[in-house]
Amino acid sequence: MAVRVQQADFDIGAELTALTQGNPGIGGVCCFTGLVRDLHPQAGEQAGTVRALTLEHYPGMTERQLAAIEAEARARWPLEACLIIHRYGRMEPGEKIVLVACASAHREAAFDACRFLMDWLKSKAPFWKLEETGRGTRWVDSRHSDEEAARRWDQPAG
Amino acid sequence: MIKLLYFAWLRSKIGLAEEELALPPGIRDVAGLIAHLQTRGGGYADALSNLAVVKVAVNQEYVPFSHPVVPGDEVALFPPVTGG
Repeated sequence: MAVRVQQADFDIGAELTALTQGNPGIGGVCCFTGLVRDLHPQAGEQAGTVRALTLEHYPGMTERQLAAIEAEARARWPLEACLIIHRYGRMEPGEKIVLVACASAHREAAFDACRFLMDWLKSKAPFWKLEETGRGTRWVDSRHSDEEAARRWDQPAG
Repeated sequence: MIKLLYFAWLRSKIGLAEEELALPPGIRDVAGLIAHLQTRGGGYADALSNLAVVKVAVNQEYVPFSHPVVPGDEVALFPPVTGG
């Protein structure tokens, strides 16, 4: 039951330990971590094209949207614990951007809720990526496939 | 007064992150507000030239262009999001 928007890096192991500690009813945790990539493979770019990424966000609305998305996941699946961490600021390739972790008695809810949270986050959380390349900076375009991925959850589960 | 916020390339094109605006008479919704901003020309006209890539939040909730705007509102204009 936690949402954090922060500049600092995070430790996945420590976060997962803290998330499940003291709740032996948890049977599994599904965790997704998003990383800064140094190229757009679908655009035919070479490794090393992207030198850094700066994540801008809308303070206030970001926290509200993430909390609403998390509440929606908890309403749809029987989650014992849930964590969303999203970073902002400047990051270099290989650095962690986002962590979503869902814990449940059984794996199905944990897998589904984790995927739902990532899909919703990508299409609704107010973050924007500015990439630094050898030729200057560029704002990342939103991907139609991300909106499609979020839309498949429009019908409640079950 | 309303508070206007701009993010990502809308912010860089307009050249401002935020500003206060006395709501001009006759403007009642987001569409009217955007049309007013477009008349300022320059960076505003450029940033708001393709509304298919402009999203709006009023008081930190996503809204359609038909949503009302009243004094005291916080109105944010930004491109489609690219987080995660």
